[in-house]
Amino acid sequence: MSENLLEVKGLEKHFPITKGLFKRQVGAVRAVDGIDIEVKSGETLGLVGESGCGKSTTGRLFTRILEPTAGTITFEGEDISHKSVTQLRPLRRDVQMIFQDPYSSLNPRHTVGSIVSAPLQIQNIPTPQGLKKAVQELLELVGLNPEHYNRYPHEFSGGQRQRIGIARALALRPKLIIADEPVSALDVSIQAQVVNLLDDLQREFDLTYVFIAHDLSVVRHISDRVAVMYLGKVVEVAERDELYKNPRHPYTVALMSAVPVPDPVRRDRAQRDRVLLTGDVPSPINPPSGCRFRTRCWKAQDICATEEPPLVVRLDDPASHQTACHFPVVEDEAVAGRRPAAAPA
Amino acid sequence: MSIGATNARPFLEIKDLNVRFETDDGIVQAVTGSTFSLEKGQTLGIVGESGSGKSVTSLAVLGLHRTRSNAKVSGEIWLDDEELVTASDEQVRKLRGGKMAMIFQDPLSAMHPYFTVGSQIVEAYRVHHPGVNKKVARERAIDMLARVGIPQPERRFNDYAHQFSGGMRQRAMIAMALVNDPALLIADEPTTALDVTVQAQILDLIRDLQEEFGSAVIMITHDLGVVAELADEVLVMYGGKVIEKGPAVDVFQQPQHPYTWGLLGSMPRLDREVRDRLNPVKGTPPSLINLPQGCAFNPRCPYAGRNGDRSFTETPELRGDIHKVACHLPAEERTKIFQQEVLPNL
Amino acid sequence: MLAYIVRRVINAIITLLVVTAVTFGIFFAIPKATGSDPALLYIGKQSDPAAIEGIRQKMGFDDPIYVQYGKFLKGLVAGRDYANGPDVTHCPAPCFGYSFATDQEVTPLLLEDIPVTLSLALGAAVLWLVMGISFGVISALRRGTFIDRAAMTTALAGVSLPVYFTGLLSTAIFVYWLGWLPQGQYVPFLENPADWFVNLILPWVTLAFLFAATYARLTRANMLETLGEDYVRTARAKGLTERVVIGKHALRSGLTPIVTVFGLDLGALLGGAVLTETVFNLRGLGYQALQAIRQNDLPIILGVTLIAAFFIVFANLIVDLVYGWIDPRVRLA
Repeated sequence: MSENLLEVKGLEKHFPITKGLFKRQVGAVRAVDGIDIEVKSGETLGLVGESGCGKSTTGRLFTRILEPTAGTITFEGEDISHKSVTQLRPLRRDVQMIFQDPYSSLNPRHTVGSIVSAPLQIQNIPTPQGLKKAVQELLELVGLNPEHYNRYPHEFSGGQRQRIGIARALALRPKLIIADEPVSALDVSIQAQVVNLLDDLQREFDLTYVFIAHDLSVVRHISDRVAVMYLGKVVEVAERDELYKNPRHPYTVALMSAVPVPDPVRRDRAQRDRVLLTGDVPSPINPPSGCRFRTRCWKAQDICATEEPPLVVRLDDPASHQTACHFPVVEDEAVAGRRPAAAPA
Repeated sequence: MSIGATNARPFLEIKDLNVRFETDDGIVQAVTGSTFSLEKGQTLGIVGESGSGKSVTSLAVLGLHRTRSNAKVSGEIWLDDEELVTASDEQVRKLRGGKMAMIFQDPLSAMHPYFTVGSQIVEAYRVHHPGVNKKVARERAIDMLARVGIPQPERRFNDYAHQFSGGMRQRAMIAMALVNDPALLIADEPTTALDVTVQAQILDLIRDLQEEFGSAVIMITHDLGVVAELADEVLVMYGGKVIEKGPAVDVFQQPQHPYTWGLLGSMPRLDREVRDRLNPVKGTPPSLINLPQGCAFNPRCPYAGRNGDRSFTETPELRGDIHKVACHLPAEERTKIFQQEVLPNL
Repeated sequence: MLAYIVRRVINAIITLLVVTAVTFGIFFAIPKATGSDPALLYIGKQSDPAAIEGIRQKMGFDDPIYVQYGKFLKGLVAGRDYANGPDVTHCPAPCFGYSFATDQEVTPLLLEDIPVTLSLALGAAVLWLVMGISFGVISALRRGTFIDRAAMTTALAGVSLPVYFTGLLSTAIFVYWLGWLPQGQYVPFLENPADWFVNLILPWVTLAFLFAATYARLTRANMLETLGEDYVRTARAKGLTERVVIGKHALRSGLTPIVTVFGLDLGALLGGAVLTETVFNLRGLGYQALQAIRQNDLPIILGVTLIAAFFIVFANLIVDLVYGWIDPRVRLA
């Protein structure tokens, strides 16, 4: 059993909505609405879900860029839920973030050298070999030419910029890296390069990742454990292979069946098996009572509206596989495309 | 409309299409010698990464390059026996939105923020039906909104784009494109900005509508999964050129070009076991201002230089019967490499 | 939408209140703090102490500042009575008090100046809007051509040349050399519209040239940005004629930022175009302010300042409302 690097309990983040003449608070966007999850040391936890499910907010809470409305965040046994900016400074060394957009997350007026060295300078990290040398080593590590130290971000392609972002995140040798959609803005072939790089770095530096993405295939490739989010809640969490082979929550099933498979031969079957969800995701301001997915769920019954299903082990699943559903999908059920076929010869 | 029996020309035929843009940094060779055709009721998938020329091809078909004074287009574009490259601006304008229509990637920015969604659809209808009064056009627009699956179309007619959800917005965009029953529909990354479950709905919708209206569809995307879902024929573009072309099944089962192998190798797939590592194409896409000599893919190709230096001096032609490829590797060698080195890692 | 309007109006009123408080504080509290006696400014140093005391009583200079401010506000809204025993002077609303220099009521003085400034600003505004927007749009559509470069060079000149230069130069040419226009003299519109017009041509053109240049550059930049928007491409893809694409889809959003700038510029000008008024000898608010500053006539300076502030706040309010009307995202947010 590996220890928990990060642990959250009852985590909530509500953004107030104001209205009318006096900007009274009339409600809140319940972006994250009660999450219990842990990140184990050395693992990659995938956070997957569609837009508005709260996965990015969760990532920002993990790094304490945002302060939670309720609940606790514990990093290495220490409660960091409500620490001040100054108190958080040591934490910034241990937890770093990689962002989605490699174009807007790098200051266009700074050279690569100063972007990558900034965390070292801010944290006053001694660099025995000299700052420049340290940065060049980092650049080399992420597959960039160390001689490009003095260039500006606009001189790099999207993939290279993402590598700069990774080098910056690595500068402080963090324990935990929160990667928020790190490859979704990149071309397919570049995506794969960056995914491989993240893999290599994890091995080399014993990094722990929280990998936030909407792309189920990429999440499956990179994660050890995956949590599926819907409307501010974790609806299912399990070891990677277990989750993809044995999805229990109807939402997870629908999500997986919706991913187009690059094989025209299987097209008809994929379409027949597909669980097409109707309608839109409800508003996080006024989430449905009981189970939040019930408004789009084909298995919903009366109890789903009245009682919120807890995230617990269902059926005969292993202890690490928890599902928040009253009527989990069983394996031989006539829904769809949930089991990956063996690779064709 | 002409029927194929009297005329052998396909419904849409593109011959040796070249699109260049003169910029301050040099000449951008966006599309070079592109040739393909498409029949009604068929779907053509154009796959490529950014800067491959896939979107520029569609802009050229629609004649949208014409407002850019720095654009130069040569070659032939035949739509239903009408040549579009040499046609007058007015001729092309009348076809645009009528016989040929387009759906764009980001429906939020592709719709005007100041006009209601309904009025934008009405506008699209009336420009091609000048005699029709507002009331009839409004009914037509509401019908279309209902047809693409937007609930309460009478009410949504008066809403603005920002009041729609992403999926509903793309449906509205499709309603706008289909309001004049186009015979050719070009969809440029229509689902890239959407969530997977919504993407599945939209792809489903496009498929249904195509069956219903029998239009020819060009689906432009970077997502091989989306192409596999819809396309009958697939065109792979790289550096402004078509490098592989064939029936979808062939291209996915027996891909011929090393770049296509790389694309497939880059994708983690839900229908396969998890691989330890992905097998991406090394390097980055070329600059269209300064394309590599010879085969544009040579700097990234693991097999360049296997058979002398032809890859570096000579541009490979697109060759083959139904399944064509532009590669200097001999066919047998390609098959061997694919079977032995590539396929096991896909 | 209603909440939006009400909120904007309340905002405007609060802003005006703050402005009155600050200006009042500056103009009346500071003389008191520095020990200079405003009562003396009214009747001169040689007067006997009883008379000075009378003025002081009547004007209420001995009251605490907040009482003075309250009375001042009441005067603005409802008019006020200045009283020293039986000696009562009524000052009708909006009351700005009395000029130090001439003992005249400030309000009628300013009311006389407003039509001049209004004529100048509104006429020039029409001119610069028409010129600036049309040149800006043409430049954007003919980007990189000779027309574009010529228009933008002229615009650069317009932005760089000060009014006293262009004003004097045009006067020299059109009035003295060619003799086409009379030497400026404001004639009220109701008295003789034709003379009003002819006399204002040069000030209008001079002032408009300065602004038209800025507007042409701004319009060009906005139009270029808008022409690159996806929805303009969509409009073309629908098969709309270029006239509709530009005139309806592009212009509508391309001109939105102009509304903001125009509101602020016009608001500021309505408070007095000091340079233009001075160059052309037009006795408007700006001219009045200049005179008042020279004579240290605080009540008039205060009056002009408040009127200028009122116009700016009012123009801002109009801009906000127009914005909400143009852009549904603002209105419905």
